[in-house]
Amino acid sequence: MIDNQEAVKVIDANRDDGVIIATMNANNVRFGLPTVTTQERLDMPVSGAMGKASNVGLGLALAQPDRKVIVLDGDGSLLMNLGAMVTMANKTPKNMYHMVFDNGVYAVTGGQPVPGSGKADWEAMAKAAGYAATFSFDNLEDLTTGIADVMAAEGPVFVHLRVKPEIENTPVQFRQRANRTMNVAIKEMPGVLISD
Amino acid sequence: MTTHEVVLHPASVVEELKKNNISHVVWLPDSETNFMYQLLTNEPTLDLVPVCREGETMAIAAGLWVGGKRPIVLIQNTGIFESGDSIRGLGLDVNQPLVMLVGYRGWSRHGITTDSAARYIEHILHAWGINYYLIETDEDADRISVAIAEADRTQRPVAVLVGTEFGA
Repeated sequence: MIDNQEAVKVIDANRDDGVIIATMNANNVRFGLPTVTTQERLDMPVSGAMGKASNVGLGLALAQPDRKVIVLDGDGSLLMNLGAMVTMANKTPKNMYHMVFDNGVYAVTGGQPVPGSGKADWEAMAKAAGYAATFSFDNLEDLTTGIADVMAAEGPVFVHLRVKPEIENTPVQFRQRANRTMNVAIKEMPGVLISD
Repeated sequence: MTTHEVVLHPASVVEELKKNNISHVVWLPDSETNFMYQLLTNEPTLDLVPVCREGETMAIAAGLWVGGKRPIVLIQNTGIFESGDSIRGLGLDVNQPLVMLVGYRGWSRHGITTDSAARYIEHILHAWGINYYLIETDEDADRISVAIAEADRTQRPVAVLVGTEFGA
């Protein structure tokens, strides 16, 4: 399994000028995108979206077809909205990279297993949904060597990442918050996209 | 034989969308908007984004909006019930100027409305503080422009309830 923060670091290092839309553990303030990002102005956290991060990404990818859009999703999140995979594949956004951090649990609620953990085949589901290319990585070395092929592929690309669970047991009101919220990103992003 | 007078044509709605430079229609078909499909797919200035479940529409619209486009959502009132958390989190909470064209299933000016989809929808919109307009005829269609202007001005979602099935 891949360390959550290391996975995000590899992706961030290969984003070029891509927008990263991150949710749940991939956006955790202690071990997610906020800890490693090199282009915060192009980061768009999507919190509390109940599985809609990839939908936001699809919209942005359609609006900005010349810029890569990378969605860092959670397995529990995407399970809430599996139809989004078909919606995504149907519009064939060539600039879309949909990466699912599969830790097998609802990490932010204490580590309860998600339905289908260890049984559901994410890469097979993505292929069946019609993604143009699919990848699966379960160790950091393969991800590090394979990420160039991922980012060179024509989208929509689906990437399954088997990551170590980082379980949160701190009461929600005492958890550290990221400075860059979804509202801040939404306010700043249009100007950034135009100026680039 | 019962006949139904056709009073709202898809062309009237599409004309309003074009007039307001709408770029994308994010939608899930319903009976109220059935005849709209062919017109939308044949309109080069509008990109149709079909979804599998209505809650996706507000999220896709949010991404389009952040990316500089002008989307509109087209779903049925039953889809509004299904989309509650998306409307909250990706509409109201982020101040998205989102116009939602909503098929008003069950609506009737005559007699008792027996369909709970019709009975609850306006209460739900009131609860969220989402303003709405009703269109039933071609003459009403310019309320779409009113709704779009209001969404732009207030930076809030606005609904347009489509109270009749479109004619061909």
